[in-house]
Amino acid sequence: MNRRSSLFTFSLARCWGVVLKEFLQLKRDRLTFAMVIGIPVMMLILFGYAINMDPKHLKTMMIDADRSEFSRSFIMAMHNTAYFDFVGELNNEAEGEAALARGDVQFVVNIPSDFSRRLVRGERPVVLVIADATDPAAASNAIGAVTRLAESVAWKDLGGPLARLNGSPPLFDVQVHRRYNPEGITQYNIVPGLMGVILIMTMVMITGLAMTRERERGTMENLLATPVRPLEMLTGKIVPYIFIGLIQATIILLAAISLFNVPFVGGILELYVVLLIYIAAALTVGITISSLARNQLQGVQMTFFFFLPNVLLSGFMFPFYGMPKWAQVIAHVLPMTYFNRLVRGIMLKGNSWLDLWPNVWPLMLFTVILMGVALKFYRRTLD
Amino acid sequence: MKFAIDVRGLNKYFGKKKVVDDLSLQVRPGEIFGFLGPNGSGKTTSIRLMCGLLTPDSGSGTCLGYDIIAESDAIKRNVGYMTQRFSFWEDLSIRENLDFIARVYQMPDRKASVENALNNLGLKARANQLAGTLSGGWKQRLALAACMLHRPALLLLDEPTAGVDPSARRDFWEELHRLAAQGISVLVSTHYMDEAERCHKLAYISHGALLAQGTAQEIVAAQQLFTWAIKGKMTDESLTQLSDVLASKPGVLQTAAFGNALHVTGRDPLMLEKTLRETVAGLPHEMVRTETSLEDVFIHLMRTPKETREPLQEQPRKVGQ
Ligand SMILES: Nc1ncnc2c1ncn2[C@@H]1O[C@H](COP(=O)(O)OP(=O)(O)OP(=O)(O)O)[C@@H](O)[C@H]1O
Ligand SMILES: [Mg+2]
Repeated sequence: MNRRSSLFTFSLARCWGVVLKEFLQLKRDRLTFAMVIGIPVMMLILFGYAINMDPKHLKTMMIDADRSEFSRSFIMAMHNTAYFDFVGELNNEAEGEAALARGDVQFVVNIPSDFSRRLVRGERPVVLVIADATDPAAASNAIGAVTRLAESVAWKDLGGPLARLNGSPPLFDVQVHRRYNPEGITQYNIVPGLMGVILIMTMVMITGLAMTRERERGTMENLLATPVRPLEMLTGKIVPYIFIGLIQATIILLAAISLFNVPFVGGILELYVVLLIYIAAALTVGITISSLARNQLQGVQMTFFFFLPNVLLSGFMFPFYGMPKWAQVIAHVLPMTYFNRLVRGIMLKGNSWLDLWPNVWPLMLFTVILMGVALKFYRRTLD
Repeated sequence: MKFAIDVRGLNKYFGKKKVVDDLSLQVRPGEIFGFLGPNGSGKTTSIRLMCGLLTPDSGSGTCLGYDIIAESDAIKRNVGYMTQRFSFWEDLSIRENLDFIARVYQMPDRKASVENALNNLGLKARANQLAGTLSGGWKQRLALAACMLHRPALLLLDEPTAGVDPSARRDFWEELHRLAAQGISVLVSTHYMDEAERCHKLAYISHGALLAQGTAQEIVAAQQLFTWAIKGKMTDESLTQLSDVLASKPGVLQTAAFGNALHVTGRDPLMLEKTLRETVAGLPHEMVRTETSLEDVFIHLMRTPKETREPLQEQPRKVGQ
């Protein structure tokens, strides 16, 4: 028997011993436990507030080239929806773009100079609304309100000879240009995505410190002197947190459905199987980090180094296909990218196993490769 | 199996510093082998090399017949190692700690063994107390019980009785001798002289190198030292004074206070006696020839600078092994 062969020796009984020990320690570690439950609740409330809120009184400027009774009453109607607060007037579209870019306003309304002329002729003129959709959740209700205006505006102004136009199909169109976030992710996308963020954050963080903690408390010497093998050790450290991850996911899922009315059209079994794989992947990342890290600080640093690209590139923050090619390439080695697609596919599109498979196997492969890395770097001596 | 531990030419560096220097030692089955040496001399490191927790830079050896480098897994299953620093889980209870150990060693009679260990420790009533809340001595006793739990054939004990009260220490040593009688081998590091004297064999290391090895008598004899005790009505002050005076006199290697007597040790018996007679003359003290104690020898070994030390091989062996 040499070191290499014994690397993969596995005894269920010894592994179970480690699992029980970890459970007991987790039970007594109030802070970690609070974090495990607290983080999802906190993040849901924070994100959920931003998602759920129906922001009103958004700063808006207008470019009114028409300056007619009609343009003024359209502006008035927009104002009356309470979504828009007109804070000023601009001369041309370039100024409007600049104001948006600076973040001075969130909307610019552009009424062309021939608006009233064409309206009267029944030519259906177009009102252009340029929206800063960086935060799509914040902009979406306002955008919805303004597009409906075209149908609902009652042109009390249209008396006399123009009264014939009342009640006919919309007299003009509202065209919305979303800037900065053309894909326009909706809140439905965010809550399932949040599940990926919360899980990866807590799972990696907790296990990222698992081995370094033993090392720093001096219990590593004892562990290394026992017959526990590396694979048993790593597995034993992971298993308890799979349960924790499933509890977290359930909290988020219940909140998504009950608080945020996220539709759930797919299968619950599919979701939990995918969750299981994703949680295992995240925990393996954590355990690998803790095998590599020499102390807790290094562990925390590596955790963040891993966490950031996952959040930024997985399609949670920015639309995946809006990213440059190189970012997409990087994103394809990050577990959250696949999970995002899977969870959205299951919850929103009702994907079947066949649809899911292309995103399932990369997660499994990722887990296996990383476990190999963790084993390779597992320090079996105190050297 | 001829030796429970048989290591030869072990070397270990930490960075540029050589911590274990060409260490060879053999422990026979059923032997209690004492491992002595000043702080930082490399005892803990040597023990870690033997149970596979550290890899030697060179050298080889076996523990219970298993190779210390290639078969450390088998060694771990059959050896009980007690770390110098408490290394059990402070956030687990006493019972949970023992239970974990019993599980990972896959003991068939796990529950019974744990209960048995708790009873022997006298900790049955406090079994659910967290290990972190135990006093230092009790932690030590828990660690001891835990490392013997799986009934190993070889015990490697790194200062097992540090901080343990005398009565518990006596119980512990009785237990060790009982185990040795059953054929279990023990390597135990200690700083206590009374414990050293209870060992079948001793090894003394300094700066990672073995300076003396053998039974207590052999080690004392090998150093060829002669000791006189100066007794009489002596205050601490006069004792210190006398010790200072003698330290620089010819023939005197070292002085050490033992209660209200002063042990004076030298290598040349005639010169030492002459010096002492001259010094004591006119003082209300009497001088008595005494046996050189193990402690005198260790203090002597400790004070000998590294460069002037005689290599172990050249030391005459009076009694064969
Ligand atoms: N992990 C390490 N890294 C670097 N140096 C080390 C390490 N462990 C021990 N040493 C050094 O090796 C030397 C021997 O240490 P060791 O712990 O083996 O001594 P010891 O004989 O057990 O001492 P004590 O009686 O105080 O327990 C010391 O000088 C120590 O500083
Ligand atoms: Mg030590």
